[in-house]
Amino acid sequence: MPPASGNRSFEALTFALSGEIFAVDAYMVREILDIIPVTEVPGAQDFVPGLINVRGRVVPLADLRVKFGMEVAAISPDTRIVVVEMELFGEATIVGLLADKVYEVAELTEAAIEDPPAIGMKWRPDFIKGVGKHGNDFIFIPAIEHIFAAG
Amino acid sequence: MAAATDPHQIFLEEAAELLIQLEAALLSLEAAPDDRELIATAFRALHTIKGSGAMFGFDAVAEFTHQLESAFDRVRNGQLAPSAELIGIALAAKDHIRDLIGGPDAADPAAGADLLCRVSQLVGAPAAPSQAAPVAAEGRREAMVTWRIRFGLAADSLERGINPLPLLDELRSFGPCTVLALTDAVPPLAELDPVACYLRWDVMLTTDHPRGDIEGVFIFVADECELQLEAVGDAGGRLGDILVRRGDAHPETVETIAAGRERLGTLLVREGVVGEPQLRSALAEQKHVREAAGSQAAAIGSVRVPAERLDNLMDQVGELVIAQARLKQLVAACDDGHIKAVAEEIERLSNGLRDTTMGIRTVPIGSLFDRFRRLVRDLSHDLGKNVRLTMSGEETELDKTVIERLNDPLVHIVRNSLDHGIEDPDARELAGKPRQGCLQLSAAHSGAQVLVKVRDDGRGLDRDRLRAKAEEMGLLVPGAPITDAELLQTIFHPGLSTAAQVTSVSGRGVGMDVVKRAVDGLRGSIEVASVPGEGTEIALTLPLTLAIIDGLLVRVGNGRYVIPLSAVEECVELSTADDLRHTGRNFLSIRGDLVPFIRLRQTFRSPLPADPYQKVVIVAAAERRVGLVVDQVIGDHQTVIKSLSRLHADVANFSGATILGDGTVALILDVGHLVAEGQAAEPPRQAS
Repeated sequence: MPPASGNRSFEALTFALSGEIFAVDAYMVREILDIIPVTEVPGAQDFVPGLINVRGRVVPLADLRVKFGMEVAAISPDTRIVVVEMELFGEATIVGLLADKVYEVAELTEAAIEDPPAIGMKWRPDFIKGVGKHGNDFIFIPAIEHIFAAG
Repeated sequence: MAAATDPHQIFLEEAAELLIQLEAALLSLEAAPDDRELIATAFRALHTIKGSGAMFGFDAVAEFTHQLESAFDRVRNGQLAPSAELIGIALAAKDHIRDLIGGPDAADPAAGADLLCRVSQLVGAPAAPSQAAPVAAEGRREAMVTWRIRFGLAADSLERGINPLPLLDELRSFGPCTVLALTDAVPPLAELDPVACYLRWDVMLTTDHPRGDIEGVFIFVADECELQLEAVGDAGGRLGDILVRRGDAHPETVETIAAGRERLGTLLVREGVVGEPQLRSALAEQKHVREAAGSQAAAIGSVRVPAERLDNLMDQVGELVIAQARLKQLVAACDDGHIKAVAEEIERLSNGLRDTTMGIRTVPIGSLFDRFRRLVRDLSHDLGKNVRLTMSGEETELDKTVIERLNDPLVHIVRNSLDHGIEDPDARELAGKPRQGCLQLSAAHSGAQVLVKVRDDGRGLDRDRLRAKAEEMGLLVPGAPITDAELLQTIFHPGLSTAAQVTSVSGRGVGMDVVKRAVDGLRGSIEVASVPGEGTEIALTLPLTLAIIDGLLVRVGNGRYVIPLSAVEECVELSTADDLRHTGRNFLSIRGDLVPFIRLRQTFRSPLPADPYQKVVIVAAAERRVGLVVDQVIGDHQTVIKSLSRLHADVANFSGATILGDGTVALILDVGHLVAEGQAAEPPRQAS
């Protein structure tokens, strides 16, 4: 995250992973899907266990919870797939992200977002771009591209 | 994309194509220096490169090309012979033009100046005796124009040794030409003077030569002949209009008669307005103009389309095929006859659309083969060998992507053949072979696949050396028995080269393994056959397309997978006895052959219990067979291949994925990899 510069705000989609709130820039979100049939890829890493069909495209389904060492909860009626598009290995790539629950598109001001604390984080610090506050809740902004590029 | 409409980009593409044409013409010219058509092609290519180069600001290109064009203009006019030296310079100059187009820095100005100097020396040399092309100083080429030429000779001209036929032939050399003799002046036989010339000719000529060239044809007979020369334009049109324009009939008469609504020509003759010969001539003109317009329309009939759009089209057709499969599945459970009829209609249309789209993407393999003429010429020259390249099946069509990705592997193979396969002329003579070696490129369809072969008549692969090398590298246990085919397959192992010495051409041991990987990437296979002393043949079997394949849909546990049908040999049931013989080796006896099998349920770690009657799908790759144990064989499936993302690059068992009729994703098995794995699971041994 660039250092907080002024009060510019951006829209972010907030969703739950194992009880914590995460947010991704709404700019990269293509759509949000209810849970659909997932094809398991035998031999793939736990992080990208399967493939889904998004409007005729074969798209890998990723589970960020694996990268954050969270417990993988069973699929519930609230489970959603957030389809995001990003630049990965130099090409535009579409990926589905499993979310326990999707909340809303929230307005976040850049000033309110801080660098992740150096200590006291349970996750790899380079996987989190910043921490913001929304009401009384902390919102974690994952470094999506970095997480995927790290494989 | 902007690239599609960027004129700069269009010039680059066009120039690349013209350079290919130029090179092909030059190489053919080497063998047939008298072929005027080839000279014309080379000249046209240079001319266009010069013209559009100047238009798009490639001044260096235009200037350099201009010199070369002038030389070829002289060749075209018969003033300069297309000698081997000139062609050699022209080929080098062609490369220089390519560099110049690539950027002013890519080209070496000194080399360019040297080439120009050599060209002007050649041009400056006394002109070769030409068979007097009486073409007047030829100006700028113009657009295609149709000319109407009517000429007749004085009655006594034949007596004076004037022959009209060469004149007509010369007109024919300018372009599409229709010649009609007007015989109305021929008297009855009794009055006929056999040496008098009674004939006149109407000639319709469509050409880009200027008027001066046409008049030049008649320059020596100008005093003895009547000559009318007019541009017809593209008008053509109705017969009456033509006759009126030619002054053979009066407009009002034609109008009156045309009102009668019979065939105009018949009426005009019957009414005595025009004579039969005039009418036939006018009809010939009508036909000629139509044909000329038709052939120009045909040239416009092909459209340059950015490859990206074709890819998008293919993607969309792929999705249509998937949606259609889904519709078919839904309709199968429905009783409404009308809906069924519509679904069938859509199936027919989408199949047609799929075939057409795939057809658009295919290009003849000749476009790829042609590049090898230069490679073989230059390389055999560098190596001091005398090699003749023959090609067959150039018209065989393959997917554009396959052709593009076939280039590098073929270059490797051809280089290997020239370097290691074909011997020096002296060595060949010693071995009782003709001094000239022969390299053959061929392509042919075989089912849904294309067979591409590279064959040379060189010394063949040295099996002893191959074996020694393989043992040295630990690929083979010294002294272990091995089939000839297996021994030959070792050339595809990374790092193995039988060349005793590393040359600049090949021999570093990088090559054949790269070839193998490239061919595997195309879902093709590669085989080697070699007879010591007689030559080597490398055969590539390639799929027609990379986009859609026929697949066999199978179920393993609760997952569904597609096996490319081209790899499937047969399906058998896994007998309980074979199934239970768990101890150590998994082998199946197929008509006496032992075939290893892989339990896909174990490979894929399926938690579900196996079906009571499992099936074995026998697949083959590179002449090795392996059985894949599945729970159920579901049936055939039109498979639109989608590649896996980089996130799944580490998963080796699958070559891609596809979308099934119900919208779920199924993985496509990488048979080559599974076969290699199945074979590796067992110690090397012979099946028989």
